[in-house]
Amino acid sequence: MAGELVGGHQTSSVNPRITWEGCSVLLDINDGDRLVFARLSPAATLKIGDKKCSLRPLIGCPFGSLFRVETGPNGPYLERCVHSSSSGANDMGVQEGGDRQLESESKDNRALIDNNSAQNLSSEDIDAMRRDGATGDEIVEALIANSSTYENKTVFSQEKYKRRKQKKYAPKVLLRRPFTRSICEAYFKKYPNRIGFLRIDTLSLLLSFANISAYSDVLLVDMVGGLLTGAVAERLGGTGYVCNTYFGGTSHSLDIARIFNFSSEFDSRIVQASYSHLCSAESLDEEGSKMHEIDHPAGIQSIIGRESSTKCVPSTGSTQIQEAQSLRNDNSSLDEELGNTKENLSSGQEGLHENNATITYKAVNPGKQASPDAIKMWKEKGFNSLIVAAPELEVDSIVQKLIPLLSYSAPFAIYHQFLQPLATCMHKLQSSKMAIGLQISEPWLREYQVLPSRTHPQMQMSGFGGYILSGTRICNNSENCNGNQ
Amino acid sequence: MPYLLFLCTEAATSSFSLSSAQQHPIEIYLGVLLKSVTVSMLSIDPSKKNSFQRFISDGDLVIVYERHDNMKAVKVKKGSELQNRFGVFKHSDWIGKPFGSKVLSSKGGFVYILAPTPELWTLVLSHRTQILYIADISFVISYLEIVPGCVVLESGTGSGSLTTSLARAVAPSGHVHTFDFHEQRAGLARDDFERNGLSNLVTVAVRDIQGEGFPDEFQGIIDSVFLDLPQPWLAIPSAARMLKQDGVICSFSPCIEQVQRSCEALRSNFTDVRTFEVLLRTYEIQEGRIQSSDGDESYRRITHTRRKRQCISSEDNGENTDKATSIPTVMARPCQEARGHTGYLTFARLNCQ
Repeated sequence: MAGELVGGHQTSSVNPRITWEGCSVLLDINDGDRLVFARLSPAATLKIGDKKCSLRPLIGCPFGSLFRVETGPNGPYLERCVHSSSSGANDMGVQEGGDRQLESESKDNRALIDNNSAQNLSSEDIDAMRRDGATGDEIVEALIANSSTYENKTVFSQEKYKRRKQKKYAPKVLLRRPFTRSICEAYFKKYPNRIGFLRIDTLSLLLSFANISAYSDVLLVDMVGGLLTGAVAERLGGTGYVCNTYFGGTSHSLDIARIFNFSSEFDSRIVQASYSHLCSAESLDEEGSKMHEIDHPAGIQSIIGRESSTKCVPSTGSTQIQEAQSLRNDNSSLDEELGNTKENLSSGQEGLHENNATITYKAVNPGKQASPDAIKMWKEKGFNSLIVAAPELEVDSIVQKLIPLLSYSAPFAIYHQFLQPLATCMHKLQSSKMAIGLQISEPWLREYQVLPSRTHPQMQMSGFGGYILSGTRICNNSENCNGNQ
Repeated sequence: MPYLLFLCTEAATSSFSLSSAQQHPIEIYLGVLLKSVTVSMLSIDPSKKNSFQRFISDGDLVIVYERHDNMKAVKVKKGSELQNRFGVFKHSDWIGKPFGSKVLSSKGGFVYILAPTPELWTLVLSHRTQILYIADISFVISYLEIVPGCVVLESGTGSGSLTTSLARAVAPSGHVHTFDFHEQRAGLARDDFERNGLSNLVTVAVRDIQGEGFPDEFQGIIDSVFLDLPQPWLAIPSAARMLKQDGVICSFSPCIEQVQRSCEALRSNFTDVRTFEVLLRTYEIQEGRIQSSDGDESYRRITHTRRKRQCISSEDNGENTDKATSIPTVMARPCQEARGHTGYLTFARLNCQ
C-alpha cells in the first residue's frame, strides 16, 4: 500500500521526514517570533540575534527537531536538544500540578512595583558569565535567582518570565516541514498581503470544494504567489496536472510553490497556459509548439537544479547561503513591520527568494508551458476542477470565461477578499444557468488557550480569512447533453 | 412547479422528513446490495489517468440534484426508476449522458445528475451518527498534513463522512484504517465504502480503541491519527505509539471538558498542542433595485432570494417589469440559520526523540 509516496513528496529513495542537503525547510525561531524559509547546505547560515550559525547541523535531522544556540570555541553553533515538557508554545509548563497551582492562586500583583530594580544582575555580569562559557540556560537560571520579584509571581507569570528570558539568552530553532499548512500559516502571520489574505482554513476549503484528488486535471488562476499551486500539487501527489492560466502576456509569480520540497516528478505536473491558448484550437499547433520549445530549456533547467539538490550531490557552490530574512519579526515590532511600506516588504521578498532564484532556478519560469497535446485534451474533455484566487482581477468576467473550460459536473471554488464581486458573479452564474449548487461561504477560525482552570479563546484572532463562491458546472444545453459532447 | 423535499437517502434508517415516495429508496437500496460494484467516487485507477469518466453508465453512483439542500444518492440500474414530485425518471434515460446533465421526467419535470464527490456524499449520506461537515473536514485534512501516500488511523468511523475525504486525500497509494466499536455501524460504513469504490483505500475494523488502543501492527508507521471519541484521552497514549516522529494527531470533541482532559494527556508525548474552532457562515444573495428618483429615495426589493428563484426555475425573469427607472443591485447577507458549534479540534505533534 505504502508505496513510493509514503507520507510525502519524495520518492522512495529519500525519507521525507528527514532533511537532506538542498532540502527546503521552515525554521521556527522562538515559538513563531521569527519564521524563516531556508534551503539546507553546509555553507548556509542563519543569523539569530547577533550570532551567525551554520545550518550544517540541521542536515540529516528529522523534521520536528529542536535546536538551541550554544557558544563554543569556534563561535556560536546550533545544537540539537530534546523537547522538554515546557518547550511547547502553548503548554506553558504547568504540569507540575495541583499544589503549585493552588499556591499560585493566592498570589497576585499587589506587591509589584515597576521601578526597574528587580533584577540584581547587570549586563556586565551577564557578559562575564558568557565569557566564562555559561550556557544560555545557566544564564536564565542566574537571572531567575537574582530576580527579587520572581518568587512572588504566580506560576504562570513565572513561566512567562522564564520564556521571555529564554528567548533572549537561549533562543531555540524548530525545524519544520514546508507543507501547505506551515507555509500558509507563516505567510499569513507575517506577510498576509502576499497571499491575498488567504487563511489556512480558507485554503483548505478551496481544495475541498474543488474536489482536488489524485489524477485530477486542475485549472487554476493563482495570483497568491504560488501558494495555491503548491497546495494543489501537494494534493495531487505527482499525478494529474495543475494548469495555471493567465490573461494577457505575463504569467503570475509562483515563487511560493518552490518552497515545497517537490520532486522533479511533482514539478513536471505543474504547467502554465495562457487563456488564449486554452481557448484557440487553430493557433495552437504552431504557436503552442513554439512556446513549448522556447520555454522548455528553462523548465528542464529548473528540474535539474532540483534533482541535484534532492539527490544530495556534493555542493558545487550552486546551493549557497540561504539565509532568508524575509519573514523575520519580533513580537514587539509585529505591527510596525507588517504595516511598513513596500520598501521593507520588497526587500524581504528578495531575501526570501534571492538564493533560490539566482542559482538553481529560473525566477521567471516556475512552470513549463503546457504541451499542445495536453491543451488539446483539455479542450476536448474539460478540466476536472477550477480554483480561482485572483484578489486583484475582476473575478466575474474571469469566471464566466473559465467555467466553459470545465467538464460537466466539475466543481469549482472562487476565492475573493471582498464579498460584492462574488455576489455579482454568483448572480450571473444563476442567470446564465451555467452552474448549480452555488454558495458563498466565509470561514471563521478561532484558536483557544487550553490550560487547567484557564481555558478561553485566545485574545487575538484573525477577523477575516476571505470569501469563497463554490458550485458545480452543469450541462443545460440539451444538444450537448446527448452524449456527443 | 415547486421543488419539494425529497431528502431520503438509501438507508431506510434515514432520520429526515420524507415525502410520499418513501418506499422507492428501499427498493433501490436492495438493488444495490445485490450488485457488486467497482466504480469509484475517486479516479484512483492509474489506467484511467486523464481519461475522464464523465458519462453515466449502468452501475454508477450518481447524485440526483433537485436543489442545493435537496439531493440524493442513487445507483444507476437499467430498468430502475426514480420517482419524486416531478414525476418518474427512468434510469435508462440517463445512461450515456454526461454527468452534470439535466434529465427530464415523464411529466416534464427535471433534476440534474451529478458525479459524486466526498463533499456531495457528506450532504446525502445516511446519518447513523452525528457527522463532520466540510469546514471541519477540510481543516482537519490540511492540519493533519495528509497527502497522497499517507497511512492514517481514524476512530470512530461513525457515518463515514470524514473517512471519505480522508480516502481522497491519501489516494492513490495511501490507506485509511478506520475503527468503530459498533459492529452494525462499522458494517454499514463498510458497505458504503464498497459501494463508492473506496474499498482499496479504506479498511473498516470493529474495535474499541478507548479500551484496547490501536492494533500493534501499526506501531511507528502512521502519519496521522484522527480521534472522534467520547474519552479521547484514553486513546492518546496508544496513538502516540502508532505515530511516526513529528506525526500529527487530531482530536474532535464537542465539549470543552473533553478538550481540557485531552490536552493534559497530550502534553506528555506531544508538542505544538493547539485547539481550534472552525465554522462556516453562508451568504444568500438577492437582486434588489434602488429607485433613483430624485427626492423620493424609496427602496424596494422586487426580486427573490436565491431559494425562491430556484423554485420558480423555468418561469423566472417574468417579474422584472418595472426596471426602467431603477438600478439593479446584487446584495448579499448572511443566511438566517447557521451552525453555531460543531466541535473543538485539538491538534498536536509527536515529539521528536
